[in-house]
Amino acid sequence: MGFVFPALVLIGVFLIFPALWTIYLGLTDFRLTGLAAADPQIVGVDNYTAALGDERFHTSLWLTVQFVLGSAIIGQAGLGFSIAWALRNRTGPVKRVVEGLVLLAWILPSSVVAFLWIALLDRDQGTLNALLHMPGFAWLLDHPMLSIIVFNTWRGTAFSMMLYGAALENVPPSHLETARLAGASTFQQLRDVVFPRIRGHMLTNLLLISLWTFNDFTSFQITAGGPEGRSEILPVYIYNVALSGGRLGFGAAVSFLVLLINLVLALVYLRLLRGRRGAEA
Amino acid sequence: MISLHGLTKEFPGGVKAVDALDLEIADGEFFALLGPSGCGKTTLLRTIAGLETPTSGRITIGNNDVTGLPPGRRDVAMVFQDYALFPHMDVTANIAYPLRIKKVPRAEREAKAAQTASRLSLSELLARRPGQLSGGQQQRVALARAIACHPTVFLFDEPLSNLDARMRLEARTFLKRLQRELAVTTVFVTHDQSEALAMADRIAVMSAGRIMQVGTPSEVFQRPSSTFVASFIGSTPMNLLPGVVKDGTLRVAGAVLPLPEGVAGGEEVVYGLRPEYMDLSVTAREDAFAGHVSVVENLGTSFLVTLEVTCDSGEHLVQAVVPEDAEPAPGGAAWAVPRHPRALVYRDGELVTP
Amino acid sequence: MTVGQEHDQAVTRAVPPARAARADTGRVRHAMGAIGRATFLAAVAGFFALPLLWLATAPFDAHPTITASFPEFTLNNFRSLLDNPYVLTSLGNSVLQAAGSAVLVVVLAALAAYALSRVRIPGRDALLYVLLLLSSVVTGTAAMVPIFELATRLNLIDTHLGVVLTLSGGLLPAAIFILKDFMDGTPTSYEESARVFGASPLQILWHIVVPVIRPGLATIAVWAVASVWGSFLTPFILLRSPEKSPGAVILYTLYTEGGSPRLDLISTFSLLYSLPVVLMYIFVSRKYGFRFHGGIKR
Ligand SMILES: Nc1ncnc2c1ncn2[C@@H]1O[C@H](COP(=O)(O)OP(=O)(O)O)[C@@H](O)[C@H]1O
Ligand SMILES: [Mg+2]
Repeated sequence: MGFVFPALVLIGVFLIFPALWTIYLGLTDFRLTGLAAADPQIVGVDNYTAALGDERFHTSLWLTVQFVLGSAIIGQAGLGFSIAWALRNRTGPVKRVVEGLVLLAWILPSSVVAFLWIALLDRDQGTLNALLHMPGFAWLLDHPMLSIIVFNTWRGTAFSMMLYGAALENVPPSHLETARLAGASTFQQLRDVVFPRIRGHMLTNLLLISLWTFNDFTSFQITAGGPEGRSEILPVYIYNVALSGGRLGFGAAVSFLVLLINLVLALVYLRLLRGRRGAEA
Repeated sequence: MISLHGLTKEFPGGVKAVDALDLEIADGEFFALLGPSGCGKTTLLRTIAGLETPTSGRITIGNNDVTGLPPGRRDVAMVFQDYALFPHMDVTANIAYPLRIKKVPRAEREAKAAQTASRLSLSELLARRPGQLSGGQQQRVALARAIACHPTVFLFDEPLSNLDARMRLEARTFLKRLQRELAVTTVFVTHDQSEALAMADRIAVMSAGRIMQVGTPSEVFQRPSSTFVASFIGSTPMNLLPGVVKDGTLRVAGAVLPLPEGVAGGEEVVYGLRPEYMDLSVTAREDAFAGHVSVVENLGTSFLVTLEVTCDSGEHLVQAVVPEDAEPAPGGAAWAVPRHPRALVYRDGELVTP
Repeated sequence: MTVGQEHDQAVTRAVPPARAARADTGRVRHAMGAIGRATFLAAVAGFFALPLLWLATAPFDAHPTITASFPEFTLNNFRSLLDNPYVLTSLGNSVLQAAGSAVLVVVLAALAAYALSRVRIPGRDALLYVLLLLSSVVTGTAAMVPIFELATRLNLIDTHLGVVLTLSGGLLPAAIFILKDFMDGTPTSYEESARVFGASPLQILWHIVVPVIRPGLATIAVWAVASVWGSFLTPFILLRSPEKSPGAVILYTLYTEGGSPRLDLISTFSLLYSLPVVLMYIFVSRKYGFRFHGGIKR
């Protein structure tokens, strides 16, 4: 048990402590500048009531839900699984090239990646418009959410692909063959043989990528939440109110709300994936 | 010598895998722990190794009480059911691993590993990884690793169960010879009664964490002390038929048999006889079980015949082993004649035949 | 081949028409499936390659625009990039911070994951989930002020150590979570066998566990390096002097005095800055394999 200790110390000091502090800040009117910066006052749940009543928070929450659903669950997990499925029991250059490209998108530094996508989607000189022969189409202005959803799918699919790739190796070929002999279609094979076997992997994967996507800040470097807040997902919203707007106490309260939402999300996943297994057993 | 005194291992949740167990294993003995799956054999072995801490009771090895010692200081070597060969080390490194822990210099331990390997005909394979070995080779590497550190006790957990049938027979003979040569006290876990009978000096038959009988293979085979042991030992299970004592005779499944020793009038007993001690007659006899031949199984040099016997006490299956060329056709009537002196009688599950 | 075909035809001829038709549709379906799969993979490759084009062309272009286009080949961009005094030091800083964090994360996560995988304590999984949740919030923006304050009080402002410790704290829960899956997947009999031979817990870890889960450790190391390599906010807030800033921060200083991005420098530096992680990934995946084992086994 002594082995856990060093990690716990580091986590305790640099994770739990700032987290508790953030929760505390959420109860104050702390600001980056001005009077409340020097002498913050406890304001109780004011920040929370303010946030819950804030139209901008609601919009942001709704955008975040779209972002997580679109880019994490459908995008990363869906595409990642499809690639893993298409590449299963394949070897050779096709597999290496496809996997390599997907992984490249994942390991490149975030700051670099943001520039790549700005260059891709630029209105006048973007590669995409040049390719599609539709110069002047303003992807980032007209479809900011779509842009960042596609971006985040591109960015994060590798993790799901690798996780599902490993999971699919654990599905005994004889099970799939049995299903095929019984005349099962691909869909039926997936539903009856594959998914029940990899449920644990799906849980891990969905949990991690949803959390990561929920708190992902990279999209700020592409759209900065704009235009007019139309791609202001929660991490960007927090940045805008807490660091740009200087309302730190309020931002901290929103962070805590995000934590609670993440907690609910995690519980829902655990319920869904564990509960159904229990019912089967 | 290994002695266990009142050894109990209770898992969280209340499962008593080992229940107040007393046992003495002599020096140099090849001792088998035999029992059905889940009866606590592995747990007992792991408790002796020190991998499980007993809930109560004591373990001594030689003259030392080792109950509180960690596994590494008990001077035992264990071969696991899955062999537990380290996948990232080659055969030499695997065999030499115990010596590496004992800080034996590299050259010396590699020489020792090579020597042990050659004894087990593994010399060709020294540079291979476990993944490149067959099941039988892996098993021998695991043995070599156990031998290389010269322990006072070997603990084997079903070491043959991952081998195919023919390999298993070879490995049996090999293991028994090896143990004889090394003369190291060996505790051997198996659920296969034929393995225990063939290899062990003595056998302990276990059930539900307790020892049902301890004895040499012949003792256990010829005089199982309970119906549990009787039904567990023997490649063809013993016939166990309900009987009642009446008018100075024993009535079993329609047959009228002479009264065996040790039973009194009016008692309900269980009559036990191995199929090998049952002869088949095609003519009716009063001292035989009358029935219809339902199944005839070829055992190679003999046949196992199953009779369906219907009588007042219901329907019973009686089995007999007949020599080749003497097997009856299925469906016909036949009489199974017990060789009376071989019969055993059980009352309340316990042997009463003296 | 021919024998098989003849056999096929023979079978087709012998079976009733309905069944032959079904065999045909089966074959058609199979062919469609193969074509569909190839198309899908081609589309995936295109989708993932498209944004990368710019990175491959712009750095070598004398007059880079935002469009990926065939470059007017030059290496001048690299020369003018190296004129910037902070570029090379920033790479060194990135290496220092990424390597420091990766070592810390891998060592501490391996120790913790091993213990958590082998010891049954109630609430262990719940603890991991809670840490995971906390880590995603603390790496967010609102916690930056507490982190800044904390670093100030611990005298870690403007030090590499401050960046390393903060980033490691955020990465550890997910690293433990992923590594624990690897540990759960390795049989305990390896370790028990070593224990019977007298190996100490540290010897077991070093001789047995680490080599067996080496691909997992390598994966976590790459993941940690890649995360730190791209981190912008934490070093931006904790470091004051540009001599200590990593590449991710320096990238955002490559603007003209008028405030517009210097595409020639940005694209070139992006390429330069991406290469080390890509090379590291290639090296590690060749040597140890690269995979997230995943799955909570029960
Ligand atoms: N770690 C454990 N925790 C709880 N119960 C266990 C554990 N190991 C074994 N048992 C239980 O103890 C009993 C004996 O198991 P075991 O010793 O493995 O049997 P055998 O080796 O004879 O098949 C079984 O009922 C099993 O379920
Ligand atoms: Mg067992």
